[in-house]
This record gives sequence, C-alpha cells and structure tokens, in this order.
Amino acid sequence: MRYLPLSPDDRTAMLAAIGAKSIDDLFVDVPQAARRDGLVDLPRVAGELEVERALGAMARKNTVAGDAPFFCGAGAYRHHVPATVDHIIQRSEFLTSYTPYQPEIAQGTLQYLYEFQTQVAALTGMEVANASLYDGSTAMAEGVLMATRATRRNKAVISGGVHPHYVAATETVVHAVGVETEVLAPAIDGEAEVVSRIGPDTACVVVQTPNVFGTATDVTKIAEAAHAAGALLIVVVTEAVSMGLLKSPGEMGADIVAAEGQSIGNALNFGGPYVGLFATREKLIRQMPGRLTGETIDAEGERGFVLTLSTREQHIRRDKATSNICTNSGLCTLAFSIHMSLLGEAGLRRLALLNHEKALAARDALAALPGVEILTPRFFNEFAVKLPGNAEEAVQRLADHGVLGGVPYSRLNPDAGMDDVLLVAATETTLDHDIRFLTKMIEKTCG
Amino acid sequence: MSTMNTVGRPTTPNEVTTKPATLTGGRGLLQNEPLIFEGDGWGKTGVDLPEPAGNGSDLGDLVRKDPIGLPGLSEPEAMRHYVRLSQKNHAIDLAIYPLGSCTMKHNPRLNEKMARLPGFADIHPLQPMSTVQGALELMDTLAHWLKTLTGMPAVAMSPKAGAHGELCGLMAIRAAHRAAGQGLTSDKPRNKVLVPTSAHGTNPATAAFVGYQVVEVKQTDDGRVDVADLASKLGDDVAAIMVTNPNTCGLFERDILEISRLTHEAGAYFYCDGANFNAIVGRVRPGDLGVDAMHINLHKTFSTPHGGGGPGAGPVVLSAALAPFAPVPWVVHDDNGFELIERPEGEAKEAFGRLCAFQGQMGMYVRALSYMMSHGSDGLRQVAEDAVLNANYLKARLQDLMSPAFPDGPCMHEALFDDEWLKGTDITTLDFAKAMIDEGFHPMTMYFPLVVHGAMLIEPTETESKAELDRFIEAMRALAAAAKAGDVDRFKGAPFHAPMRRLDETRAARSPVLRWKPAEGSNIAAE
Repeated sequence: MRYLPLSPDDRTAMLAAIGAKSIDDLFVDVPQAARRDGLVDLPRVAGELEVERALGAMARKNTVAGDAPFFCGAGAYRHHVPATVDHIIQRSEFLTSYTPYQPEIAQGTLQYLYEFQTQVAALTGMEVANASLYDGSTAMAEGVLMATRATRRNKAVISGGVHPHYVAATETVVHAVGVETEVLAPAIDGEAEVVSRIGPDTACVVVQTPNVFGTATDVTKIAEAAHAAGALLIVVVTEAVSMGLLKSPGEMGADIVAAEGQSIGNALNFGGPYVGLFATREKLIRQMPGRLTGETIDAEGERGFVLTLSTREQHIRRDKATSNICTNSGLCTLAFSIHMSLLGEAGLRRLALLNHEKALAARDALAALPGVEILTPRFFNEFAVKLPGNAEEAVQRLADHGVLGGVPYSRLNPDAGMDDVLLVAATETTLDHDIRFLTKMIEKTCG
Repeated sequence: MSTMNTVGRPTTPNEVTTKPATLTGGRGLLQNEPLIFEGDGWGKTGVDLPEPAGNGSDLGDLVRKDPIGLPGLSEPEAMRHYVRLSQKNHAIDLAIYPLGSCTMKHNPRLNEKMARLPGFADIHPLQPMSTVQGALELMDTLAHWLKTLTGMPAVAMSPKAGAHGELCGLMAIRAAHRAAGQGLTSDKPRNKVLVPTSAHGTNPATAAFVGYQVVEVKQTDDGRVDVADLASKLGDDVAAIMVTNPNTCGLFERDILEISRLTHEAGAYFYCDGANFNAIVGRVRPGDLGVDAMHINLHKTFSTPHGGGGPGAGPVVLSAALAPFAPVPWVVHDDNGFELIERPEGEAKEAFGRLCAFQGQMGMYVRALSYMMSHGSDGLRQVAEDAVLNANYLKARLQDLMSPAFPDGPCMHEALFDDEWLKGTDITTLDFAKAMIDEGFHPMTMYFPLVVHGAMLIEPTETESKAELDRFIEAMRALAAAAKAGDVDRFKGAPFHAPMRRLDETRAARSPVLRWKPAEGSNIAAE
C-alpha cells in the first residue's frame, strides 16, 4: 500500500526488537469477543487511478456553479479566488502542520493568524478578533453564549432577518445551556423590530446586515437601544465582502460580530469547510471563545507570536472553559488572509462595488418582468423577489434548463408563508449574459 | 589555505569557524519577514479588477467612508511573504511530528486533488438537490464506510471537529433521555456525566457545556478506568460515561465490555471519544464494544490535513437507540435518488436540532473517502497494525533510558513516558522537548494526559518508515544520554537552532497584544 512505508522485513525485525511473536501479541488487551479476524466488508486497496475514476464519477453528477448561470447565495457566495491562494495553502509547511503548540517552530502559522486577527478586526471595524471559529453559524451561537457570560443575563432577542439556519444552529446549542431565545417573525426590512423586545433580562440582540433577504441596515440606533438597556448588540454578517462597501458593524456600535468568511479566499465546497469570523471589543476579550494569537518576545528579545489567554480554553479549564472548542479553521483562515492581502483595501472596495453593481443589474432586469416584484429596498449583492408562483418549483424548473437561479426562501424556512420568495445573489463572477438568461428563463418558465 | 580554480575562485572553505551574528537579522534561507502591515502596501492591490461604473451612491449613508486599514500586496510580494512565513513551520512533510493524541500522519495529495474537483468544490450548499446527486452520494458512501468500520448503524455527518462531535453525541444522549422522561428538567433527571481523569479536556468541557455535572472516575495503577470506582458512581442520575479508547495513556481499556455492560445496566449511554481510532481501525469495531456514540476525527484517522489547526471534521457514529436523535441535515435515499432532510420533521422528527448552517465539512468528506478507498479494508487494517507496531518499537527502544508510564504490556498507537527518569537532572519535560526541536524533530505531546507527571506522549503513526523511526530514536537516546550526563545548558536554553528562541508566554498573556496597530501619532492607514 503506497502510504505505508514498512516492509514485511521491517515488521519482522521490529516485532523481534519488541519481543513479540506476532502483531496479535500487541492487541492482547482487546477482549476476545471483540476481536475480528477477517476484514470488514468493504472494497480492498485501490490505486490512484481507480479512486480518481470512482470519485470523478460522483463529481460529474453535480451541476458545477461555474458551468451554469449561477445566482445562489443565502450564506454562501461564489467569488473568484486568485490562483496564488490555493497554491500557498497547499505548501507542505501550511497544509501538514498542526496547532502551533511549539511556537519556536510554528511562527509561520502564528504570524499569519496574527495578521488574520488584525485583518478581521479592521474589516469588521472592531478592536479585536480571534483566530477563527468553525463557520458563521457556530460563531453566532458562540456570540450569544459570550453575551450571556458578559452580561450575566439569559435571553437573546433575534431578528427575523437572521439566516434561519444560523438561528437553528444557535438555538440548538444555546437552549441546551438554558439560554432563552425570542426569534421575531421573518421581515424583509425589519431589523429594528428587535428594539421593542429588549427587556431587563436581555443579554443581547442579534441582527444581520445584509440580512437573509439581502437588506442592508444601519444598526446604529439598535445598538444605542441595546446599550441603554445594558444588552449587547451582535451583528451577523454572512457575506464578508459586503463590509468593503457598507458601514462596518463596529462603526455602528456592535459589541460582537459573528461573520462567515467563506466569501474571501474559500470555495463553495457544498457548505464546508468555511471560516467563522469572530470580533469584539477589547474589554470583552477574556470572555471570547476560540484561539487567540498574541505578540511576545523570545529569550533574545526578538518579536514573536504565541497562542495566548489559553486559560479560557478547554485543555486548561476543562469543565469551566468558556467553550468546548478545540479546533479552528486554520487553513481557511490562511486562504482568507492571503486573498485579503492580495485585495488590500483598494481591491476589496472595488470588488465590493462590482458585486453591488452586478446585483443592481440583476434587479433591474428582473424588475422589468411582469408579475415579478422586488422586495428588498437596499442591498449589497443579494435581494429577494416575489415570483408569480412557488419559488421552489421555479428554481427546479430553472435548474432543468441549466440555470441555478437562486435559493427559495421556503427551503430555509418553510413555515413562513413566503413560498413565492426567491433570494437572488450576484457577484463579480456573474456575466451580463447570465442575467439575460436568468430573466429569459424566469419569463418562460414562471409566466 | 584554500585551493583555487584557474580564475582565482576559492573552491574549498576558509578556516574561519567562529559564527558572527548577521547584520540584518536574516539567517541564510530564513528571511526576517515583517507583518503585512509594516510594509508599503497602503493603497496597493494584487488583484486586477475592472473599474466599477458607480460608487454605491444608491446606498446613501450606508456606504463605508472611513479607511478600513487593510494593506495590499502585489502577487510577487504576497508569494514571498507567505513562502517566507512557511519556512518557519515544522510540518509532517519535513520530519516526524509525533504529537500524541493528534495522529499526525502523511496527508496524501490525491485527497487534495479530489477535493478540488469542480464537481465537489464548486457546488453550492443550497442548490436544488437534483443538481447535487453526486455530492449526496459521496456523503452517503462515506457514511457507509464509517458505519461499516465502526459496526454502528447510523452516523451524524455535520459536526465540524472532534469537540463539535462530542457536543453532538451528548446532545443526542440528552434528547434520548428526555424522550424517556429522564431529561435534565424531569423529576428524576439524569444530570451527571462520568469522565475518567485521563480524558481530553474537551470531554469535561463539553459535558459541562450542555448542562451536565462532571464526575471524575479514578484510574487504576495500570492506566485504565477503575471499574469498581465507575460502578460505585453509576446510578439512575447518570446520563453517560465518556471514555476514550484506546485511552489517552495509549492503552486499550481491557475491561471495556464490562464498562459498557455496567453503563447500560444503569440506563446510561457510552460515549466513546474516538480520537484514537487509528489504533484499531479495521481490527476492532466500536459497535462490538457496546459504544452508543463516538466521534471520528477525519483529520486524524482518515488523513485530512491538519492545516495549522483546522479545519477538522467530526462525524459521530450512533447506536440504534440514539440514531433517531441525530441532528439535521440527514442524507436519505430511495429509488428516485438522494435527498437532504433539512428540518426536524418526517423521518427526522426526533432530531435534536441543527449544529451548523449547512451539511458540514464536505471538503473533508471527499478527502477522507479518497483516503479510505485508497487503503481499502485490508489497507486500513494494516494502518492500525503498523501504527501500533511503530509505537511499541519506539517504546521498546527507549524504555532503558526513559521511564514508560505503564511499562507492563504493549501500548497501542502511542507510547507514554513520565519524567521520573529526569529526576535529579534539573531538566524538565519542556526543556527536553525544546532540545528535540534543535535536533530537527517536533516534540511529542507534553504534560498530557494530566494523570502522569511531566507526561511525554509519543505517537509516531503508521506513515513513518523504520529508517525515520530509527533516526528519531537515536536522537532521543543521544538527548537522554546528554540529560543524564548533566549537559544542562543544552536543554535549559533550547531551542538554539530554531527560527526563534524560547518565547515568553507569560508576557503574552499578562498584557495581551492581539493585533497590529499603527504607531502612536502615525497617520498610516488613516489616510
């Protein structure tokens, strides 16, 4: 087997050095009843060619986003990733290293994590960021838990504009800990409705901008209302590129930002791995979940970086840790950081504007169709439209014609009575021709 | 005196042997690399994009006006920056990386190639299901391999790492007890989780996180769960036990069948931490040991890259009793093909909820399946055997100089030593580890498990050749001999030859500096 270096002679010599007669001698502690002499019922060893054929056959059964007019968003966005990014993250020293437990031989990882933390803090307009969490949805759950720790209150008020899967992932975890949630009814442009629900027991309000319907909101007043009541404001962002055009959550008074960083540097990957961005204010750092990289010096006074504040973490605190997280999204943070370094502020702003303009063009084209109504008043690169009929069926008909036309809102939230609402996203990868084709197909199949 | 060629170029080294410090801080191939924020990248970009037509004026006051503070790099600068950083990292591809409990095995590049097929990498999680039948087939196929290898009837795929898998398993257990009227808020709550003292920190952290009281179970002198202590703590208030097997001392729990029998008799569930599955894959099925839930770290046993600390993946195999409570989404199939059940309804009506926005770590599923198919049932069994053989060989060849924590009997895939053998040398486990760095090796896991003083947990994995193991063993023996001979400075000051000397962790924690900031009074990034 090509991944196993030991030869039969090696094995014999090593068993002799150990003083064992056979490999079975090393498994004597396994109870007799649980030993298996034969092989499990699975195929045998396969060469590269066979594996490539088998997996290639599965891959070919999928409609590739890049091969179709493509308008899906709702928390995952297709952007162009520079070739440099994928090359660098496949370097052995990044790909095949682990958590920087020995900082003297992990400065490569530690420095990029420190740069990543600085980039995320700048992007979100916050003071500090951690070295990433699993994804945006788990970051939101951790944000709510952090807010309950920081305020010693027990309730989260969640806007109806937050991605329903984020809400589900958050409720699953925080309810288990006994935190209450109040989730408002879905509203296209209703982030501010959370204000009326703030009470003395509210630890945090959670809003999303742009929200799941694409609506961009200035949350400054929501932040003021939350702070006046002693609650924290958590801002969720599912499209990180939006922060290159829209006012940052930090500028608007957010206390915690929980964002999905996939858009920058990372492919769609059918939903994962992604990278959770988590940023907050300096005074709250000791309540933060996840890994943190900090600056220090070595024995000769040279600047270097280490994992720090680990007294918050599970391997030290065990049952008193701030969260049970062990892994971060290492390589995805590197992809994010390289792409962001290549873009720089100038590139990011330009990229964001291009996204916005493609979406405006898509909106204008769809608005001209009879029976189609644009629902989202202000947006970045995604908006909701009301179709003349059921959106899920429309999307299926579009797919049958080779168009990935967007995400039906009902797929995320079937109980909302919004079966005719379609979420349409456009990015810099969208061609004018794609927009024309989408429009034509909607007209043809939904008319 | 050096010899010269015909144009006077010296062809042998001069006889100068003193080593002056360099003038710039660079050291040969090791470049001194500043932060991206310390260069001249303000306003620069390394991505050529078309000129936008407008300026977002339709968004009015929502437009971000203040500077963001993000420098840019041209492509050659970016390449240099990151390649220079990369050269300051140890990696599996450079040398043995024997971190116990982490299973740092070779990462096959076929896995990377497969994960990048556009049919897997460039598909959206919410595309119509008819357009992602191959992706769902891949998830279903991987699930089949995981279920077959573990002898378990079901698997929850979505957890994003081992600790997330623990959360998944314990929440399934909570849901099962709740359904049986024994939930945390019932009259007769099962509110305790028993965890051995040797467990990974994530075990008690996860149990406490979901509201359980953590009760520690003692360990016997031979490094196993104390069954009598366990039995005395089991009762109708216990929800689960969390046992790692092979355990964190690198030993197989001999009484595992008795442990699971007692646990089930008490009405509790057996959560197995599967971090060490590599030792038994293909040889022992956790389902045959009475396990009810076990996470599988795809980044350990199934070779998906560790990537500097992630992303991982932690699918959880479940017994029939727990399967109905698995979180959504579920992949199901019938004659019409594959489908995702995305809400706790219908078939999945008892699902305890959802753990993340989408389907989990698809990119890791592809890599893990590529690895499993490559090995096959015969190759995977050989993986376990070679991993265990390598660890026992290491132990056998080091035990005369170092002190094994549990000398009697074989270990599994990792060999655990304590610091007894360093007594009287003034050298600590940390010092010894740092000296290993100077010899070109990544140290083993140190000071874990907590039950052993000054622990050194060495896991070589099956992908080390005998020659590389011998090289490592000879270095360890030479270091051990130096330690015993009183060569203290070699250890106290180590590392001397790494990209950095020993770093001050106390300073970092006392006054945390977690991001770069422009110098006081500087207007950089504010322009």
